Amino acid sequence: MAKVVYKFGDDISTDIIYPGRFMATVLPTETPQYAFADNQDLNSKLVNGQIEKGSIIIAGKNFGCGSSREQAVSTIKGHELVIIAKNFARIFLQNSVNLGLNTITCPDIEAEINDEIVITETKVINKTQGREFDLIPHPPARQAIIDAGGLINYTRKKLMEKI
Amino acid sequence: MNILIIKTHFDYKAFNLLKKIDFNSYFCEKYLKIFIIYNRKTMGQTIVQKILANAANLPAVKVGDVVEPKVNLAMSHENAALVINQFLEIYKGTGLEPKVWEPGKIAIIFDHRVPAESSKTATNQKKVRNFVTEQNITKFHDIRGDEMGICHQILPESGYVRPGYVVVGTDSHTTSHGALGAFSFGIGATEMASVWTLGTILNVQVPPTIKVVVNGTFNQFVLPKDLILYLIGQLTAEGANFRVIEFHGEAIRNMTTSGRLTICNMTVEAGATSGIVPPDDETLIYLRNTAGVKDEIELINPDPDAEYEKIIEINASELVPQIACPHTVDNVKSIRDVSGIKINQVVLGSCTNGRLDDLEIAAKILKNKKIDKNVRMLVFPASGRIYKEALKAGYLIDLMEAGAVIVNPGCGPCLGIHQGALGDGEIALSTTNRNFKGRMGNPNSEVYLSSPAVAAASAIAGFITDPRELN
Ligand code: SF4
Repeated sequence: MAKVVYKFGDDISTDIIYPGRFMATVLPTETPQYAFADNQDLNSKLVNGQIEKGSIIIAGKNFGCGSSREQAVSTIKGHELVIIAKNFARIFLQNSVNLGLNTITCPDIEAEINDEIVITETKVINKTQGREFDLIPHPPARQAIIDAGGLINYTRKKLMEKI
Repeated sequence: MNILIIKTHFDYKAFNLLKKIDFNSYFCEKYLKIFIIYNRKTMGQTIVQKILANAANLPAVKVGDVVEPKVNLAMSHENAALVINQFLEIYKGTGLEPKVWEPGKIAIIFDHRVPAESSKTATNQKKVRNFVTEQNITKFHDIRGDEMGICHQILPESGYVRPGYVVVGTDSHTTSHGALGAFSFGIGATEMASVWTLGTILNVQVPPTIKVVVNGTFNQFVLPKDLILYLIGQLTAEGANFRVIEFHGEAIRNMTTSGRLTICNMTVEAGATSGIVPPDDETLIYLRNTAGVKDEIELINPDPDAEYEKIIEINASELVPQIACPHTVDNVKSIRDVSGIKINQVVLGSCTNGRLDDLEIAAKILKNKKIDKNVRMLVFPASGRIYKEALKAGYLIDLMEAGAVIVNPGCGPCLGIHQGALGDGEIALSTTNRNFKGRMGNPNSEVYLSSPAVAAASAIAGFITDPRELN
């Protein structure tokens, strides 16, 4: 069971998740400090460790639209948040799969801040509201990368097979 | 210019035989160049299906198939610093020496923060430069007037992209190169590290295609930018998510490669994986004359019976100038609904609208006029080459005399990192492709997007102005 700590609307762009002015910072170990940097409330809670790992962010449609910057994924991954969105922009979703950020596509999701959520293989269960929503599992092509522990491992395996 | 195009519908062997015949010597007096096009037996394939089938060595692919296509060109910019990091990670513990699969197929172009705005960026750039030397990467464009530019301009003008190529780039606007008939899309840094290692993209799902047919002719001061803004407004920011947009129709056939780059560039703003224009005479002329490509060019086209998820028809003759309003690109309005809004800054440039024809139309509008005293106008040509051409043509002088500031080629104010940031509460009108909150360096500002003609007319007036109303 995990708690919803923040709720966003539609079309949250990578400029909101990780503003362009911090793009010179690239290493996944260094990006978490700038997560949602222009949202002082959320950023300071994250940076000060006031948000538990595994907590949930709820979003509307097209989360992660905009630039291909991978920092937008590593910055959230650094705080081990789970994103449940109505749907995700393509590059953001692929980057999440590659880096192991937990993204859940759940078109009908309804949840408010502080709701308690359980995620199963096929459903998102909102315990607080007593409601269940179907999630759309990753297609096998993406799941294979997740199962390998991310694209670095997956590619390393392929590389070794080639030799 | 006469060009003879021979289309074959035989199998691949026959095509190869045909290619061996020296048609040029038979027809050389009548035709400038002869191209032989291989059309597979029609199998209901879209252009991207054909490209992916070729790249994955398959006779055909269906939407939803998972393939591992070979990559023809892999592009990065400053974020190559992160790609290098992830690339070295892949090799960790393997005992192998990290070596990119084919150094000639990797392009690295410094554009996002040039010249470096901070010691951090400069150090990243240095790291990339060292890697480029170590790995013998040849398509490297450093901070030099004779080779620099925005990646999405450098690739086409240098002849790095060809029809039928699979192109990936660590930049979302890699969709641009569909303008030359390539399947070209944005990926993240880790995925690029994987491409550098294997030369293929793992687990690509064949996307469905939306066909957009644009007929009619553009009216004066209505530009390809207005078409793509209109389309994004119709589709919404996620309307083409995970899909390809294939452009057809007479207005596309009559469009220059520059205009096609503008429309393909912005398809990602509707969520598209890629935009693509089936290559034609214009593509060939651009590749030969502008990009200086000398070797053989193969044209690839969709089958007449290709299957599309949906077809959208647009009449270019009915289009008026369009404006994307804050803070989403799909918040598109016709100019009459927003004209009069006061602006503080006008930005002309970017991979969307920083080419010679964009500078030309703005220069023509601004020649012998003055930019409003409350407006700063920043002009950043898309490449060093365009900068030089615009200098020679006198456009930059005209723009400067009107009051514009010419910034060096590169991304500049587009992403608000180190040039042209906005003050609190300020409003910009920009020919770039994104207006997300904070895009121009300040979350407390607003960005409107328009064509170069609207930008120039508005710079004179000091507020958003329809260029068709200029006297
Ligand atoms: S000009 Fe803007 S949109 Fe184009 S590559 Fe540079 S930052 Fe990206």
